[in-house]
Amino acid sequence: MATIALRNLVKSYGKTDVIHGINLDIADGEFVVFVGPSGCGKSTTLRMIAGLEEISGGEILIGNEVVNELDPKRRNIAMVFQNYAIYPHMTVRQNIAFGLYTSPLSREEKDARVTEAATMLGLTALLDRRPAALSGGQRQRVAIGRAMVRDPAAFLFDEPLSNLDAQLRAQMRIEIKRLHQRLGTTIVYVTHDQVEAMTMADRIVVMRDGHILQSGTPTEIYEAPVNVFTAQFIGSPSMNLLPAAEVGGRIVAQSGGPLLVGLRPHDLVAGEGEGAFSISGEVTAVEPLGPETLVHFQTEGRTVIATAPARMVPAIGSTIQASAAAGALYLFDAKTEQAMGRR
Amino acid sequence: MTSAPAPTPTLAMPRIHPGRILIWTVLFIGGVIMVTPLIFMFSTSLKTAGQVYDLRMIPAAPTLDNYIKVLSDGRFLRWFFNSTFIAVAVTLSNVFFDSLVGYTLAKFRFRGRYFVFLAILSTLMIPTEMLVIPWYLMSAEFGWLNSYWGIMFPGMMTAFGTFLMKQFFETVPDDFIEAARIDGLNEFTIWWRIAMPLVTPALSALAIFTFLGNWTAFFWPLIVTTSQELYTLPIGLSSFAVEQAIQWEMIMTGASLATLPTLLVFLLLQRYIVRGVMLAGLKG
Repeated sequence: MATIALRNLVKSYGKTDVIHGINLDIADGEFVVFVGPSGCGKSTTLRMIAGLEEISGGEILIGNEVVNELDPKRRNIAMVFQNYAIYPHMTVRQNIAFGLYTSPLSREEKDARVTEAATMLGLTALLDRRPAALSGGQRQRVAIGRAMVRDPAAFLFDEPLSNLDAQLRAQMRIEIKRLHQRLGTTIVYVTHDQVEAMTMADRIVVMRDGHILQSGTPTEIYEAPVNVFTAQFIGSPSMNLLPAAEVGGRIVAQSGGPLLVGLRPHDLVAGEGEGAFSISGEVTAVEPLGPETLVHFQTEGRTVIATAPARMVPAIGSTIQASAAAGALYLFDAKTEQAMGRR
Repeated sequence: MTSAPAPTPTLAMPRIHPGRILIWTVLFIGGVIMVTPLIFMFSTSLKTAGQVYDLRMIPAAPTLDNYIKVLSDGRFLRWFFNSTFIAVAVTLSNVFFDSLVGYTLAKFRFRGRYFVFLAILSTLMIPTEMLVIPWYLMSAEFGWLNSYWGIMFPGMMTAFGTFLMKQFFETVPDDFIEAARIDGLNEFTIWWRIAMPLVTPALSALAIFTFLGNWTAFFWPLIVTTSQELYTLPIGLSSFAVEQAIQWEMIMTGASLATLPTLLVFLLLQRYIVRGVMLAGLKG
């Protein structure tokens, strides 16, 4: 296990900087998730930590040792790729054992590690199969097994669940989290899926355009986003944003107002007229989810999503009122888009 | 309540599209044109010298005397060995070096990569006839005339093979290579253990075409060899035509025997050949 530190890390392609001097300290045993939209630099950062991309400036430290010039194999890290990267011409056993190809361990010790990893990941019955005969989830487990047997200082995961269907993704999320709890190894995990970030991370690092916008626990990021981007990126459905102004100590929706008021759909309750903030509009779509219904309605020229109790399914075209309680309003400066606190 | 009468069951005749009949006819005629010379070759090999110009497909009195004569002639076995040795050695060399260079060009980023690739590719535009004189002068200079190495060296690595392998290595996902790098393998082992098994169809195609090309090579081996000891099968067989009169029955017997390895290669590797032709976009 090891700490990882990024010091003024820069990556440039020609004259174009894609990572702009980022700084981050990852504690020993911490599960850190880099999240952000495509092209934000999260995978590039991970690949620099792995040693698969040269760095253009700054330092990377793994276990307090500067590793800038070290080959990937000398960094004592293991990586799991989006496309699994398990070798199709080898069996599951050979794939897992391949993580120990250059290890000085004896054959018996290698076999023991492969067996242990296979048992932990539920792959024992599949050891003699080839990857073509495995499902997506099983393949990803093999990739994790190959990383595990090396007992690395840190695991790097590059969007490992992107190719799986929703059900399998939810299952694998839990498995990876359990694995982390059991092994306690430092994990750096890259995803563009904020649900994965929220459910798995000890700490989320939100990135955009090669910058770290915010770093904090999932609750911190959710409850206290530093700007509009983070507020909208974390949380599903995305936070509603409306132009607003403060009138007589109350926040009211106002076109062209100096503020932006953010309302999470789960805090904006349809059918209730009282609260710190109320709006109304014409219903354009409804999404019954079972326990609740998401109601899309049009107000101030924008589409807003509110939550309604499951049995309340408003008609399309009807007018609906929704309100949010005190403390549920996120305020942002309309020009800078920086957070101004909760109300 | 009435019900509609059940349709009278009829024997379903498969409907054959007229276009398909035309395709089959053309293919059949093409097949006959291809196979006839082979049958004629084999037929002639079973005839005596006096019957050669009797053009019947089935000989009046078939005999295996020609085979006994050819196989008991030490020269033929020597030529057979030479052809086998040269074809196998050149094939192994191509599979090794073409794929090594193709992999390097496909998977490594270095200055001048495109220039090197273009330089290799541009040699495809030079016809063999133009290369023969420099090859000969080079062989003479280095003392390679009349040697195995002299026959083999121009084909030990080819631009076509390099190009083919580069194209295939580009289809190997980088994740495989990078995963192996993180697992601690050196670059040569990554190529050998990871990349090579993933391009087996291309390797098979390259091996088959290289083997067949060298097995039937005539022009360069004819120029570079003078000793009968070093003749390959095509040159040796052609010598039957000049020594005394043209011994067609002997030539056809030798040719029938020489065809056996290529037939064997085709029958054993038919699947790979078809796939290789499709993958490489080659003429068979």
